[in-house]
Amino acid sequence: MTSLTVKEALSRLRDGRLNPQELCKQCLRRARKLTHLNIFITQTEEAAHKHAEASAYRLSKGNNTAHPLEGIPVAFKDNFCTRGIRTTCASHMLSNYRPPYSATMVQRMQNSGAVLVGKANMDEFAMGSGSIDSIAGPVKNPWTLLFQNTRQRSIANRQSACCRQNAPKDAASTSEELVVGRRGMHTAATEDIQLESASHRLAFVDDSDWLVTGGSSGGSAAAVASGAALVAFGSDTGGSTRNPASYCGVVGFKPTYGLLSRHGLIPLVNSMDVPGILTKTVEDSAIVLNTVAGHDVYDSTTVTDPFHPVQLDDKFSLDGIHIGIPKEYHAPGTSPDVLEAWRRAADLLEAGGAKVTEVSLPHTQHSITCYHVLCCCEVASNMARYDGIEFGHRAKVGESTEELYAATRHEGFNEVVRGRILAGNFFLLRKNYERFFLKAQQVRRLISDDFRHVFASGVDMLLTPTTLSDAPTHSWFTEHDNRTRSEQQDVFTQPVNMAGIPAITVPAALSPRGLPIGLQFIGQNFDEQKLLSVAHWFELNRDFLPLSLDFLDNPRRPQCEPLDQPL
Amino acid sequence: MAAVRKGPVVCKFCERLHRSYPQAHLLQRRLISDTASSSEWKSVVGLEIHAQIATSSKLFSGAATKFGEPINSQVSPFDAALPGTLPVLNKECVKAGILTALALGCTVNRMSKFDRKHYFYADLPAGYQITQQRQPLAHSGHVDYVHYRSMKGQTDTAETRSCRLIQLQLEQDSGKSLHDAEDQQSLIDLNRAGVGLMELVTQPDLTDGEDAASFVKELQLILRTIGTCDGKMQEGSLRVDANISVHKPGEPFGVRTEVKNINSFRNVSKAIDFEIQRQVKILESGGSVENETRSFDAETNETVPMRDKEKLLDYRFMPEPNLPPLYVYNNESVPPGADTDRIVVLEKVREGLRELPGEKRQRIQEQYSIPLRSASLLVSEEGLLEVFEELVKDGAHDMKSVLRVLLHDYLGVLRKHDYTVAQCPIKMDAIGDVCDLVAAQEIIPASVYKMMCELAEKPELSVKEIVDRDNLRLIQDRKLIEQVIFEVLESEPKVLKKLRKANSKGNGLVLKPLLGPVQQRLDQRGNHVIITEIAQEILKKML
Repeated sequence: MTSLTVKEALSRLRDGRLNPQELCKQCLRRARKLTHLNIFITQTEEAAHKHAEASAYRLSKGNNTAHPLEGIPVAFKDNFCTRGIRTTCASHMLSNYRPPYSATMVQRMQNSGAVLVGKANMDEFAMGSGSIDSIAGPVKNPWTLLFQNTRQRSIANRQSACCRQNAPKDAASTSEELVVGRRGMHTAATEDIQLESASHRLAFVDDSDWLVTGGSSGGSAAAVASGAALVAFGSDTGGSTRNPASYCGVVGFKPTYGLLSRHGLIPLVNSMDVPGILTKTVEDSAIVLNTVAGHDVYDSTTVTDPFHPVQLDDKFSLDGIHIGIPKEYHAPGTSPDVLEAWRRAADLLEAGGAKVTEVSLPHTQHSITCYHVLCCCEVASNMARYDGIEFGHRAKVGESTEELYAATRHEGFNEVVRGRILAGNFFLLRKNYERFFLKAQQVRRLISDDFRHVFASGVDMLLTPTTLSDAPTHSWFTEHDNRTRSEQQDVFTQPVNMAGIPAITVPAALSPRGLPIGLQFIGQNFDEQKLLSVAHWFELNRDFLPLSLDFLDNPRRPQCEPLDQPL
Repeated sequence: MAAVRKGPVVCKFCERLHRSYPQAHLLQRRLISDTASSSEWKSVVGLEIHAQIATSSKLFSGAATKFGEPINSQVSPFDAALPGTLPVLNKECVKAGILTALALGCTVNRMSKFDRKHYFYADLPAGYQITQQRQPLAHSGHVDYVHYRSMKGQTDTAETRSCRLIQLQLEQDSGKSLHDAEDQQSLIDLNRAGVGLMELVTQPDLTDGEDAASFVKELQLILRTIGTCDGKMQEGSLRVDANISVHKPGEPFGVRTEVKNINSFRNVSKAIDFEIQRQVKILESGGSVENETRSFDAETNETVPMRDKEKLLDYRFMPEPNLPPLYVYNNESVPPGADTDRIVVLEKVREGLRELPGEKRQRIQEQYSIPLRSASLLVSEEGLLEVFEELVKDGAHDMKSVLRVLLHDYLGVLRKHDYTVAQCPIKMDAIGDVCDLVAAQEIIPASVYKMMCELAEKPELSVKEIVDRDNLRLIQDRKLIEQVIFEVLESEPKVLKKLRKANSKGNGLVLKPLLGPVQQRLDQRGNHVIITEIAQEILKKML
């Protein structure tokens, strides 16, 4: 039941085959079974039961058009404010903070009948790409369970580890040689690949090792992947929704900046933050987007133009669609599996009727450095409010106000947050402002212009990898610090945030290890319709099976047995 | 402000009627006489003025802005800087800012932007103030104000001066810290946090304390006229920071100091003049002025350095990312299809402009041929000009008498009771009757103020009743007056002696020694003009 998509669940809820309380109970049960994965910081069981009961009542009355997501269990990343419910940002600073108001996204989801099941784990204040820097402990990727379930220490052998890999579809395999030979798009770039990629660490180092979810919205991605929620909200500043979606084998959608309200989303970088939607399918993302999009008086950066709901059509044709493959996205460290999936996807789209060509985004290479400066500056500013006076953690020293601030902030923030605050304040000093902040803003404009130029040249959207590899192991990920990993991990996702344009990652294939690989479609401002249509087409024609953990509900059932296919 | 309410006081030095404080003159005199060489120094003053915008809700939130409400009762989540809250610009504040800019002759910027100014202080919840550092709402502009120049031994002259403005920006007010020294506690009241402010920055066009105070008064009057700020300095809705330096003529400006948060006209004048003197003293003794921020201690009348002056403050300005640029349109530039509820159009705002104090002064000076000083006084009290114009309409009452009664006695009553014109219960007819009595010289001049006071307390009484009851009519009987004059001359040889002596110098006829004793015998009720006439006749014959 927890493997249902939103669309399926809605249909069953409406015709009475399923009731909201039962669905809610199943999700909560799944979450309870997986507490060791640290998916949630707070499970909101009580609120969930109450919402589900209200949903059931409304459904029994039969008026379900006013509540497009009636009875759908949803999880929110713990940086969305929930009225009266603890909202921590995975930080000691807010470990006991209960906001007096709900974020607009939370409010709109609840208004539409959705059932809040929990507040998902994350990197502290969304700073990270592994979801391992949290006061609630690191989030573990639910795909880890597949291997632990079969008592396999090694995840190198896909045959024994994962029996769910389908044979490649004919369409993809036949077009393979043909297209590669013609475009030859990967040959030059693959030479740059560093040997030290995540996929080369083929084994867990010991029994306690596991796969990371990516981040910073790792809890949200894990919640959807594991079936603990049918929808989850993350936030996306440099890829924080798309990165974990890719590692967890779910759809991660970052809409255009200004389409979704940030009111009540505790900010990382105001000028780039966007609420992200995580679902099992592109169709589900569209359903959720249609429910929550549109102007919000509490967020002056939301557009006032009326929102036109996205309509997806299973018969959508790629004829006339021009897809660009940015040559600069063959980043060092990209695993051959990812490149392979990327190539296959390009071929698939071309075979489906789209025009696929190589394009150039020359300034992309500077994006991460530029992002680092802008992010630290806004972090330094946004974090200034955490002084222990009005809310949040307050240190127990009281000699002077300055001491109180220093102790509160030292105790409340982890090293990653403090490091970014320090750097940001340095960049913003009067003597440094022009050299760092202003320069970074200028580079941001160039990066943004790159996208504009490509789209102006007739390209409808771009296809790129989402991550460098499939999900890395914790042991590999922690070989480097948060900053290094963030800079590596955000390389494909981050430039999009500079330009504010929409992007969606769709699981494209399973790696030889049996782990999901996501690919990213990048669209044009406010053209979610086209972006999601193509992503939906791709989803229908790709070769991928999502994770199902239904075996947890019936331990005696062999996990290799064919499972309910959600699609 | 207490002094302002005490009633008109005639300054001992300039013999001018002061609405506010004669102390200014005392101070200025001291300034001139104390430091013999101070005339060699030129002082330069520029002001930064924070005017709270008189809107019912705050600049970026829907919380109310009333003064004196229970502590922390007007605080929205945004005002407390709760995580995740975002600023939403209050359109009424923008309109008030633009209206003010227009009234001050500023150029309104087509596009302005908001910045964050960072500093840690307990009553600044976000750790930054949202302001308009780089691209303010408006720039340039000027204020023409009336300045009274008083020189020793001369009657003072009123003159119009002008002070240029650099810019007008919108920004947030901070909260208030209440320090409890006994319990070693600081308490924070956020009612004021986030209230909209207009910050006005002037050019260093002002010269001293009184000049600056005159400027601020005019600004207050303008803001009250257009209704964008209530101008109550004692409630903190109008606050002044002064930048002060001194230099020798022909040399560049000296190092300046800033005196922060001055909260009354009196203190504006005192703080600036103290600071000028302090700097002159330092420079004359060979020292150098330190560029620092000081505050004014109203108890000691001194400026003192502020506590953390040694810290180098770097505000780490950054653009506010949550607010789009603020566009102000004019009729031509309104984008087609724009939602007029969401945008601000210059011409629409301009319709809210009213006749400004300077325009009023100029108009009535010309229309009624009255001096600048009278015009200035009439304009300075809200509603007073309307009373004046009503009384002199179609020549109903003698204008000079109306001016005398309104500017001396009526204003005095307003001050005594802290009334506005609208609140004052004296009926228009009664004022008219008093003016007529004054014009006809039928009433004892000294009793006018007393009578007005009584009318304010018992507006049901008629002027005639009071005059008859208290026997306030002047003695006009020429025979009686003549008789009294003879009595004095006959019974008081001293007076005659004085008269002879005074009139022996050939400086024309001197009556002064005679008038006092005559009025004394008439119980101070003799008509001065008639006494003078008759005395002249008699003395001409006698001497």
